[in-house]
Order: sequence, then C-alpha cells, then structure tokens
Amino acid sequence: MKEYFLILLSTVLVNNFVLVQFLGLCPFMGVSRKLETAAGMALATTFVLTLSSACSYLVNAYILEPLDIVYLRTITFILVIAVVVQLTEMFVHKTSPILYRVLGIFLPLITTNCAVLGVALLNIRHDHSFMQSLIYGFGASVGFSLVLILFAAMRERIMAGDVPETFKGPAIALVTAGLMSLAFMGFSGLD
Amino acid sequence: MSKEITRHGSAPAPADAQDTNEFIKGLWLQNPVFAQTLGMCPTLAVTNSVQNALAMGLATLFVLLMSNVLVSSLRAFIPRQVRIACYILIIATFVTAVDYIIQAIDLQLHKALGAFVSLIVVNCIILSRAEAFASKNTVSKSFQDAAGMGIGFTFALLCLGGIRELLGSGSLFGVRLFASSYENWIVMILPGGGFFVLGLWVLVFNWIQRRPAKQETKRHD
Repeated sequence: MKEYFLILLSTVLVNNFVLVQFLGLCPFMGVSRKLETAAGMALATTFVLTLSSACSYLVNAYILEPLDIVYLRTITFILVIAVVVQLTEMFVHKTSPILYRVLGIFLPLITTNCAVLGVALLNIRHDHSFMQSLIYGFGASVGFSLVLILFAAMRERIMAGDVPETFKGPAIALVTAGLMSLAFMGFSGLD
Repeated sequence: MSKEITRHGSAPAPADAQDTNEFIKGLWLQNPVFAQTLGMCPTLAVTNSVQNALAMGLATLFVLLMSNVLVSSLRAFIPRQVRIACYILIIATFVTAVDYIIQAIDLQLHKALGAFVSLIVVNCIILSRAEAFASKNTVSKSFQDAAGMGIGFTFALLCLGGIRELLGSGSLFGVRLFASSYENWIVMILPGGGFFVLGLWVLVFNWIQRRPAKQETKRHD
C-alpha cells in the first residue's frame, strides 16, 4: 500500500509529467487558454491515460513478450492507445450525451498526446507490475490535470493583463510555465 | 501571425525559385518550433546539451523525410476515413527503425535521449506535415517540405541546446569553454530553464517578424 502511495506522490508532484518530464506539452500549451476547456481535457485525459496504461501493460506482457516481438512495441502501443480512445468515444457517445458534448472534441486529440505513449513506454522501462502500471498511469494523469488546470487559470489572468505586444501568446505562456516548473522543483525533497 | 506569414509568402519571387519555396518556408517563416510551437516535448526535454539536440533533430528529420515521401507517394491509395491511422503506422515504422539505429550506433546517446526517440511517433510536426502537406502534394514537393521543416526543427533545437549547455554547463559539445571560475547556471539545465530559453527564443522570433512590418508602414506614411 505504501509503495502505491509513493508512486502516486512521485508522479503527481515530484516527477510531474508536464513540468519536470516534459510529456504532454502540446495539449498543455494548446488547450489552456480557457479554464473550462482545460477541465474537459483534463477529465478526458485522466480516463484514457489510466485505461491505456493498463491495456498496454497487458498487451506487452501477454502478447508481445511471449511471441518475442518486442520490436513492434511502439507500433502496437500507438494502436492500443488509438483503440482505447476510439472505444471511449463510442462508449461515452452511447451512454452519456452530456458528457460526450463536454469531452467529445478532446478525445481524438488525446491519441497524439505524448504523455499517453510516454507512460506506456516508461512502465516497461521501470519494470512495473500491473497494479504499479495502473497507479503510475493514474498518477501521471492526475499530475497532468492539476498542472493544466492551474496553468489555464493563470493564463486567463494573463489575458486580462497588459502584456507587451511581442511577448503575447506562446512567449509569455512559456515563461509562466518555466516559473511553475521551478515551483514544482520544490517538491523534489519529498522523495 | 498567420497574416504575416501569407504576406511574406506572397512576396515576389524569381520564377526559378518557385520550387525552393517549399524548402525555405520551414527554415524560418513557418519554423515548426518558433512560429507554430509544435513538437514542444522533445524540443524542451532533450536540449540540455547540444549533442542530444543534434541527435534528436537528425532523427526527427529522417522520420519526417521518409514519412512525407511515403505518404505522398501513397496518397492515391490511402482511404480518407482511415488516413490518420495509416499515417501513424507509417511514422511508427520509421521511428522503430531510427530507435534501433541509434541504439546500434551509440548506446550512451540512446540512454540520454530516453523514451523520446520512440516518442517521435507522437511528434505533432510529423503528423501535421503528413496531413496538411504530403497528402495533397507531389513527392518532390513533399520531400522539400519535409527537408525544410526537419532542418528548421533541428536549427531550433540547436538554438536551445546551445544556449542551455553554454550557460548551464559552460561548455559546447562537452568541450569546456569557460574558465573554472565560471559559476554554472544550473537552472538552465533544469526543466524550468528549458521553458525560459524557449520563451525567450519565441520572443526574439516575434520581434524579428514584426520589424519589417513596422518599417513598411513607416514608408507608406
């Protein structure tokens, strides 16, 4: 139990996927202009990331390794992720039209979120067990959501502020993210 | 920004330079990192030294070239509904090849780049070039487009890697340039430094892009 808690703590705060490991920066920059869209993206990513982390572990352990075709890992994982995203979309579409309206536009984008593939690959690299993979995926997505929502809130404030013309857009956002990253370095003592 | 790009793009060019335009636009005006802010994860993650930046840039250039050429030559056969899946499969094939090639050439480098070699698959630059350009243009044009974008990406990585390694470790390509009294800016190698340096490069890019516009309006007055 303690071990799982440590994985969770380390992925959410200490080794935050976005600010410390640089995974999933495209949605972090792309959909953080409004708080509402950021929250939608965070929710959709949390679900898909946790599920695909577990699925890719199973595929690796029970299909790729017994058949000795680990060189197909990258291709297989990206297919697994695409399938999970597609299934999630169909499932949400059938069961909850309201949720579909909120999350629908974000789901296809998640396939190319490098955090999702990154988690699947890092699970293999760290030799995680099934439960560890599941927790690792969940922690990564909670960390992603936390940072995305915080960042979106900050960007809304920056929009209202008086930013020099050349600094507008990605430039000021990147410097803000840099400051956030420095703040997250403060957690590194927790390990 | 997009207005500016089209204005520059439509600037009168000599007739024989028409072909090279696809190549040149990726280098600066539509530079994937500075102008489009695409492919940020590898841009920030592997640029703590020039060597890593160069290796990552070349790997991406290779995948971009091969996938653009293949997508463009197969564009008549790929059904529209499953085109994204096809592109990803093509890209993933070349990424796997690059992954094993780097592993064979330099194991140390492969370790330093970590999972980011495999993550070239989800680099938005490659998919966006396949979807926006290669699927609609001839093979030779797609090749030029990929070469321009790939070299532009490598250039951006080197810009970042150069500054970060120089200030963060006082060296370039691992060769120490500053005297031992130089106090390293550790922050430049840390993740935060990556964000700062990229932010400042984007600022420089914006500033340079704006200057000609100002001069032109002054002339009109």
